[in-house]
Amino acid sequence: MSCTDTNGSLLLDRYAEVTGREVIHHLQQLAAPLKGAKVVHVNSTREGGGVAEILQKLIPLKRALGIDASWEVIQGSPMFYECTKGFHNGLQGMGSPIPKQLLAEYEKVNAENAEGLRSTLEEADFVVIHDPQPAPLLSHCPERRGRWLWRCHIDASHPYRPVWKYLRQWVIPYDASIFSIPQFAQPLPHPQYIVAPSIDPLSEKNRDLPLDELQGVRERFKLDPDLPMMLQVSRYDRFKDPLGVVQACQLAGKLTPLQLVLAGGGASDDPEGEAVLEEVRQAAAGDSRIQVLLLPADAHHTINALQRTADIVLQKSIREGFGLTVAEAMWKGKPVIGGDTGGIRLQVFDHYTGFLVRTPEGAALRIRYLLHRRELLKEMGRRAQRFVGENFLITRHLREYLTMLLGLQSGTQGRMELGL
Amino acid sequence: MSESTVDPVEAIPFAVRDCALISLATGLKAQNLREFCDILQRVPLESIEHHLWGRLLQPRFDEPEYNNDFASWAYHGLHDKTLAERLSMVVPTDFADQEALRQELIEVLEERLDQCEMVPWAKKDQQFHFLRSQIVVFDSGLRFSRPVDLIPYLAHLSTGSVYYHFIDARNRTTDRCDDFSAWLAGCGPAYQPLRERLCGVDPYFSSLQNLRQIVTALFQSFFEEAAQ
Repeated sequence: MSCTDTNGSLLLDRYAEVTGREVIHHLQQLAAPLKGAKVVHVNSTREGGGVAEILQKLIPLKRALGIDASWEVIQGSPMFYECTKGFHNGLQGMGSPIPKQLLAEYEKVNAENAEGLRSTLEEADFVVIHDPQPAPLLSHCPERRGRWLWRCHIDASHPYRPVWKYLRQWVIPYDASIFSIPQFAQPLPHPQYIVAPSIDPLSEKNRDLPLDELQGVRERFKLDPDLPMMLQVSRYDRFKDPLGVVQACQLAGKLTPLQLVLAGGGASDDPEGEAVLEEVRQAAAGDSRIQVLLLPADAHHTINALQRTADIVLQKSIREGFGLTVAEAMWKGKPVIGGDTGGIRLQVFDHYTGFLVRTPEGAALRIRYLLHRRELLKEMGRRAQRFVGENFLITRHLREYLTMLLGLQSGTQGRMELGL
Repeated sequence: MSESTVDPVEAIPFAVRDCALISLATGLKAQNLREFCDILQRVPLESIEHHLWGRLLQPRFDEPEYNNDFASWAYHGLHDKTLAERLSMVVPTDFADQEALRQELIEVLEERLDQCEMVPWAKKDQQFHFLRSQIVVFDSGLRFSRPVDLIPYLAHLSTGSVYYHFIDARNRTTDRCDDFSAWLAGCGPAYQPLRERLCGVDPYFSSLQNLRQIVTALFQSFFEEAAQ
């Protein structure tokens, strides 16, 4: 047995401790026909944001199952990221026309990246392109022999049409696309798979922490042990509505004493973050019960501790592809008050695992409601944890990827019976 | 029990199979009840199966008020409780095939449309999206000759196996029952009480994890009672 095999086996053993051996055995059987297949994932950032987090975990797991998985990251210029931020906003319905010179830069950056990646991508059995940033790579790989998939992590349910019209030309030639929930799927001439993202229970952000480490975080951020703590963890992005969270907590705080921590970092492909952060700081200025934290991309341990310390977690997004922070909080047994949008609806079941709200007032109401019903708060947290354990761990995500790859490999779209 | 059971050597071993499922968008979506009814008439049968059964292998909350996606949308999307209740009581195994099931669903919808003054509409972001699923079935390699041998293994069945043997089986077996019951029928009359208990499990309101617990408990209690 090689060193890689041993490491892979150890990795699978660690997951089996959380999910049960049967889950891992199931994955091994599903992966057997794909053994040795070259699967290349491509995105635009190695750190920061949910996509990078998922890939950091998904690649080693695929390798542990015998799949030759790898991860490539394209490099871009500031103009490129300005353009792709425009795509991101546009797909989420808040778009404006993107200047031609930015589109030209987008195409140029992809052409440049294709020079270095072409042989890897053309040799792969499966190529998974994440989000719009690297979408044109396919057009630069005419000798490709594998199946190409475009994975959209964004809430594209109501896109700004000119942006989608432009991007669609790059997506149409793919063999299939993947969306997080059915509402995000767009008319395309190829199969559209529905795969929800997931969290990794063993990651630094989600593993169990001893109580003294939680105490350490309380002291570090000078959290008041007598006040219930509200928390939102997300990038400083208008779609995450951090200003709405500040407003909600200020409203609720008039009647129920509480403290709020907003914790976020920046992603290297998000040029708008600083402006939003400044607006949030101004809104919270003078309110000692609100802390606005700018954390580095690798502050996983701190985020883990903050989520475990919180009484209630908010994710009051206006648009949300999925909302990994929702699943993370639920995995830690916290009820979540989430925006009634996108993938949050898939995780938060109103009155069962938390509440779905549409306004800062709605969030304030539910904060007050839960703080006055502590037993219900705990019960919701327990339900939330069980729900995530059964549905949103990375092992479920991997199972769906493997099923999809098997379907694409066989070329069938109906029932497949392997070796029966 | 031995005099009324089939010799294990003669009985066909129970072959444990497993499956995995992935959802695909059909591109069809309904904003109101009329559209929903029209689409249901032409949607692939796999889509109907997905919304009645396949949902069990998808991320879902296991305390649903209604037991299939159609009924759930009628209530949460259209706010039509009457229709939701009627759709909930359309039991797939009551019909000879899926085309007959489709016709019954359409009957229920048409009847409701006749009763409504105005066609019920869903909000802009509450459309019904018709999905279908691709299922991959594979052999786990495990074989059990005697029902009692299954007991230690049942608690560790994957959810895919539970789905295949307890849900998917209802489309494959002659009696429209689960695979365990179908197999036990060939193991002798001594297992009839266990068969009846298994057939009495309503799979609509449980998660697959919960169904696994129920099946395991039924096997355990049956053999404990037999031992006493």
